[in-house]
Amino acid sequence: MTGRPVDDETGTTRAPQQAPRTALVTGASGFLGQAIVAALAEPGMHVVCHYNSDRAGADKAVAVAEERGATASAVQADLREKDAAITLVKSCPTGPDIVVANAGITRDGISLMMSDEAFEEVIDANLTAAFRTARAALRVMLRRRSGRVIFIGSVAGLLGNPGQANYSAAKAGLGGLARALAREVASRGITVNVVAPGVLEGGLAGEGAAEGLKELEKSIPAGRRGTAAEVAHAVAFLAGAQASYITGSTLAVDGGLAMGC
Amino acid sequence: MSDEDILTGLAEIINEITGRPTASVVASASFTDDLDIDSLSMVEVAVAAEERFGVKIPDEALAKLKTVQDAIDFIKSAGVPA
Repeated sequence: MTGRPVDDETGTTRAPQQAPRTALVTGASGFLGQAIVAALAEPGMHVVCHYNSDRAGADKAVAVAEERGATASAVQADLREKDAAITLVKSCPTGPDIVVANAGITRDGISLMMSDEAFEEVIDANLTAAFRTARAALRVMLRRRSGRVIFIGSVAGLLGNPGQANYSAAKAGLGGLARALAREVASRGITVNVVAPGVLEGGLAGEGAAEGLKELEKSIPAGRRGTAAEVAHAVAFLAGAQASYITGSTLAVDGGLAMGC
Repeated sequence: MSDEDILTGLAEIINEITGRPTASVVASASFTDDLDIDSLSMVEVAVAAEERFGVKIPDEALAKLKTVQDAIDFIKSAGVPA
């Protein structure tokens, strides 16, 4: 009934991994999603590349996965719709072994002027949709007694970002969600973690909240923005067999920006 | 499908998930008190029963299933062909 320990010498799980494995990446059409697909893709892996409106981006993700020897498919879903996550998970052949809830949106603005709608839409897309995706996947993982759920958080959820109260709240919410889920399913060999990117080259955070962002950038200890590949590498690490004893944690990939949070 | 068939199916599912001997899974047994099945294991049992019997067990219904007989009755009423 417990998760499989990792073999000390080989670094692999003692029971052989079931092949082929399936990874589901939501928001795979975006620049970070594509990088995550690239980092996860390997021979023997099928990657389901979810997108909402950017078909071209999803096709690119599929091509990237195939270049790396994986098989891949692009699946459209508006995850703000109630049962969309269930349908999406069902589109994974043999069910997902790895889920990366990466899909997200921003609707920036100073809180005092922020509409209910702008707040709720960001919570729905970034937090509620992630919960529904994880819930649907966990039903499969529970039976299999193994699985990896990784939420893409944000440094905004750790530090709070002016102009992004909705986004910061949603991303912080993912941390609590991950910890609660992690406790619920840890005994079944399933891990649930958050990867929290900092300020990235070409990132979502670059589009809005410009003022707050400039201030934030000045205090990045590493002195530069991160890359999508650097974030994706952390996701691939947590998705791997060797990360079997890491659960409920938030791994910041932020050049030190939010250290200690 | 008879009560007996459903009971046999449930006993096999519970054996697979908890390791309890199938003989201990009797109709009058309570999932929590007699079979020591926690809420997460109960979800596993439900998911497995859905697959095996081709029924849908909503969360609200699952919460009301206290004994094995409750589960048998629900699975029958949910439309498993006789």
